Formats: sequence, structure tokens, C-alpha cells
Amino acid sequence: MTTTAVTGVPVETHLRARRDAGRKLLVPYVTAGVCENWTEHLHACAEAGADAIEIGLPFSEPTVDGPTVQEASDRALHRGTSLRTLLADLRTVRLAVPLIVMTYYHLVAREGLAAVCAALAEAGVRGLIVPDLPLDESAALEQAAAAAGIDLILVAAPSSSPARLREIAQRSRGFVYAVTAMATTGERTALPATAGAYAATLKQHTDLPVLLGFGISTPDHAAAGARSADGVVVGSALMRRILDGAGPADTAAFVTTLRTALDR
Amino acid sequence: MREPGANGRFGEFGGRFVPESLIPACAEVEEAFRDAWADAGFRRDLDRLLTVYAGRPTPVTPAWRLSAELGVDVLLKREDLAHTGSHKINNVLGQALLAVRMGRTRLIAETGAGQHGVATATAAALLGLSATVFMGGKDMARQALNVHRMRLLGAEVVEVTSGSRTLKDATSEAMRHWVTCVDEAYYCIGSVMGPHPYPWMVREFQRVIGAEARAQCAAELPKAVPDYVVACVGGGSNAAGTFAGFADTGAQLVGVEAAGGAAISNGGVAIMHGHRSYAIQDADGQILEAESIAAGLDYPGIGPEHAHLHELGRARYVTVTDGEVVDAVKRLARSEGILPALESAHAVAWVLRAAGTAELPAGSTVLITLSGRGDKDSNSLMEIQ
Ligand SMILES: Cc1ncc(COP(=O)(O)O)c(C=O)c1O
Repeated sequence: MTTTAVTGVPVETHLRARRDAGRKLLVPYVTAGVCENWTEHLHACAEAGADAIEIGLPFSEPTVDGPTVQEASDRALHRGTSLRTLLADLRTVRLAVPLIVMTYYHLVAREGLAAVCAALAEAGVRGLIVPDLPLDESAALEQAAAAAGIDLILVAAPSSSPARLREIAQRSRGFVYAVTAMATTGERTALPATAGAYAATLKQHTDLPVLLGFGISTPDHAAAGARSADGVVVGSALMRRILDGAGPADTAAFVTTLRTALDR
Repeated sequence: MREPGANGRFGEFGGRFVPESLIPACAEVEEAFRDAWADAGFRRDLDRLLTVYAGRPTPVTPAWRLSAELGVDVLLKREDLAHTGSHKINNVLGQALLAVRMGRTRLIAETGAGQHGVATATAAALLGLSATVFMGGKDMARQALNVHRMRLLGAEVVEVTSGSRTLKDATSEAMRHWVTCVDEAYYCIGSVMGPHPYPWMVREFQRVIGAEARAQCAAELPKAVPDYVVACVGGGSNAAGTFAGFADTGAQLVGVEAAGGAAISNGGVAIMHGHRSYAIQDADGQILEAESIAAGLDYPGIGPEHAHLHELGRARYVTVTDGEVVDAVKRLARSEGILPALESAHAVAWVLRAAGTAELPAGSTVLITLSGRGDKDSNSLMEIQ
């Protein structure tokens, strides 16, 4: 058996160190393959102050994604994006912040959990988010990910029972992804009022960083979300700009505004 | 066909692959269904609606002339005679009663051919609920009559413009919508698919087809049980309900898929729309668009219990082409005076072929579930003529 080289920056140690130093965490989301130069947007995010970057590997049935990410996924799929192209593209990318892949369970399971985790690790990915894989089904992937040196980041929801919140907080690796609202991904006018309280509950159960995601659309939302959580994930607001033609420099400018708001 | 095992599995299929946000909603539906199904009062209410509203029991009609022509005894289970024109009403009345019992005021649903949407709109009207039905733009155009029916019944029909604009995309959209309204809306799934408990619950609500047919066959056939039990399969609810009545007999169970959407014959294992089963997919695992003349079979996947029955070898899954289906519609119309839905005609088409090739031995007895009537397909058929 060959041992796969694990490359890339570890998610948990990296985020923990920064959080413990008093920094609020910022994780932008970019859909893999959405445009020819999509990996340049990753560099732009890193340079503008992202603490980690979430990369979406699109699936034809994106049951947690709202219109913007769906559109980005469609565009990426039409451009021929697949696990293979993602791995190939990432081989050219080396960044000082951790890379996390978000995709649906079918695309992970069909290739074999161990094989996918090893391939991602070898391409420099150190975190994985699978939003349609609930706690009750995740044991096998938790093992495969751990064996490959990948943090399987679990998702908590406002509807999760206290017992499930505790278990999610305990079994998650890297950070806990706290969904802000009962909603799909997508830009919103306001951050739900309840997001803060439940992020605080999660923080009682774990010392891992807790990040709020879904609907964080403006620097103000980011700052508000990060008051109760350790940071935020920003997807649709960035992808809307990229879909409308924003280049890497525009991405950097937008991420800078988020960074500034978080650092204020 | 029993209750699914741990984690809602039929063998390795089924399960509950939904976002964490929806886990409590699925658990709540499961609990409510277990409670209702064990409650004689709920069963009585449902039975009464099935009788006085939906027109059950539906008859089994011997296909006299076709049987003579084929040399095979064909019986037709007449779901086309149920209210709203298809078997979909059985399941929807069950789920709508459950929704009321759970205190919900709104039904959400996805539909392909529109039959499940019409059934949902109907039950909502009957029970004083509101209904929102997601339908692919492509299906709305080709099933305009059913869109109109749903709107007349007071339902809101939401056009889905993402992906291939067919049933699979309407299903994804309905799931996305469900997250936003779990507290007031009940997701009324149209076939034996989705997260646990839906595949099991929908099969139980459709079991009435098989249970009635079993008793009717016993009265009709010297051997009591037919040699073959045949039903069309999109998601597979009419087939599951029919098979449930015969699973413990020696009858050969045959599910007929559309050639252009043959999840078992041409697909592979997939996790989508809340469960693990089979679906047609490309080399990268992206789910493919199904292609069938019958919008109700235009679904790339199949319910998880069918995947299990296939792996057990208990049921066999075969395909027929659109051309065979159109021939079957005409043949049944002219020999028996029954115009079947294009979906149902898939089951007829396989029997015609199998009798012709002696795959069905002369003298064998065959029960076909006619899942619905063909009026909704008049436009499609006129275009072909
Ligand atoms: C008449 C008819 N038969 C069959 C189907 C397919 O559903 P299932 O495979 O769940 O029975 C439909 C779906 O719309 C239908 O309208």
C-alpha cells in the first residue's frame, strides 16, 4: 500500500490558533470550476484575509443550495467540473490557509470513502463538509477522513435538538458549521435574530471554533454573526459577484471589506 | 415486504440522507406515522375516505379480448377508476390526514405528470389545507391540463426552472422549500422515495392496491394467485403497493421502467433526494435527466425498496420503449375500451412483448396494475398521431 502524502495546512490547528489569538474567522466559499480562472479567486481570498477557504464541488441535485450557488454549480457543471478536474486544478494551488471541500454525499460515496479522502488529502485539501450526510450516517466517513488527515466538519442547525447539538459539537473536526437559519444558502437582507443564541449554545459544548454560515451577505452581517460565533462563512454574496463577472481583484476587494468589518 | 430496519434501511438502501435542518422534521413524520398507523381511529378515517371519496375498492377487470388474443389470462387492477384518475390519491389521502393530525395547515409536493399534484390539491381542498406544488417548467408545458386542474382546485403551482426542469429538479426544489417551512407545512411526497419514513409510509398507504387485488384474484382465478404481477415503475409507488399484496406468494413480481429512465436496468447506486438507491448517472456521478414519453416515469431514480427487491431477486425490473408504450395504449383502448395512462401502458407493453416471445407461457395468469387513466395524455398522443 502506498501512503498518500498529506499536504496543505491543517484546518483545526490553524483556525484554533487564530481564534485563540483573538481573531474572528472568515471563510469565503468558491464554487470549483465556476470560471476558467477560478483558482485565482482562491488566491485572492487568501491574500485578502481569509482564514480558510471552502470550495464547492457541484452536484446536480444541490438540495441545500439556494439560487445563487445553484447557478454557480450549473455553470461549473456545464464547464465539465468533476472531482477529477477539481483535484487536477488544486494540484497547482498552494496556499497558507487550509482548503475545505464542500460536496454532496453521493459524489464522495460512489468513489469509495477512503479513496476520495486520500485523493483530496493528496491535492492539499484538509477539510470536508458533506451537508446531506447527517450525524446518524456519518461514522464511516469520519473514519475515512481521519485516516487521511482530513477534518470532517459537521453541520448543526437551529432545529437540532440539544442532544444532537452536543453530539455534533463533540464529533465535528476542524470547526462546527452552524447554519444560521432554517433556509438554503443564499443572500438575505438580515441575519436571523436566533443565530447568535444557538451559536453560543454550541460553544458551551465544544472548544472547537464555531462558524456561522448561510445568508451572511454583508460586512455588517459578518460582524454581527462573529459577535456570538468565532467567525463566519460567506458563500452566495461572493458567488453572486463572481457570476456577475467579478475578477480576482474584485473578490479580494469584497473579502477585504468583510475582513475589515470582522477586525473592527 | 416489511418495515425497514435500523436507520430506515431496506437492505443497504433507503436511509435518511438529508441536511441536519430536516432531521427533526423527518423524525417527527416518522413518529406521527407510527402513531397514526397503530391507531384504529386513523385507519377508520382513512378507510372511510378511500371508500366514500376515492371510490375504493377499485375493481379487477379481466381483459377478455386481449387474453384471448395473447393466450394469457390478463387481469387489470383498475386504479384508473380511483378519484382524480390514478393511484396517487390513495397515498395523498393518507398523508393529508397525517398532516392534519400533526397540526399542519399546508401541504407541499413535487409532481412530474401532475397526477400527484392533482391528488395533493384535491386532498388539500377536501381537508381545508393549502397546497403548494413544485413542477418543472418542461413538465408544466406538456401536462398543461393537470396544471390547470391543480389551479382550479386552489393549489399554487410553482414553476421550477433549475436543472433539466423536470421531476428531479422539482423534487430538489421541494426539499429546499421544506427547510424553510417545516413548522407549518407537511411535505407530501408522491412516491416510495425520499428520506425514511417516506418510502415505507407511502408503500403502506399504497398497500391497499395489492391487498384488494389479492382478494379479488382469489375470487377470480382458480389458482387464487396470479403467476405474474406487473406494474410500471417511476419512483415505484403503484408497484410497491401492488407487490406488497403478493410478496408472500409465489407470484413473479415484475416492475416495468421506461427505457429512458431505467434506474435499475441502466443506473448505479446513488444517494439523492434523501435516500440511497439506484439512479441513472454520468461517469462523474451527476444524475442524468430521464427521457420518457410518460412524464410520471421521467424520474432518474427508483424507490429504495425496489433496489432491495432487485438485489434479493424477489422482483424483476425490465424496460420498454416509448414506441412499445404507444402501441400498448392503442391495443388496450381498442381491445378493452380502456385508455390507460402512458405510465400504466408500460406494464401492458411488457406483457404484450412477453406473451409474444413466450416469456409468459401460454395459459399463465397475469395481474397488471393500471395505475391511471390516459385522459391527461391526450395531447401527447395527438402529437404522435
Ligand atoms: C398514472 C401514473 N402511474 C404511475 C406513475 C409513477 O408513479 P409510481 O412509480 O410512484 O407509481 C405516475 C406518476 O405520476 C402516474 O401518474
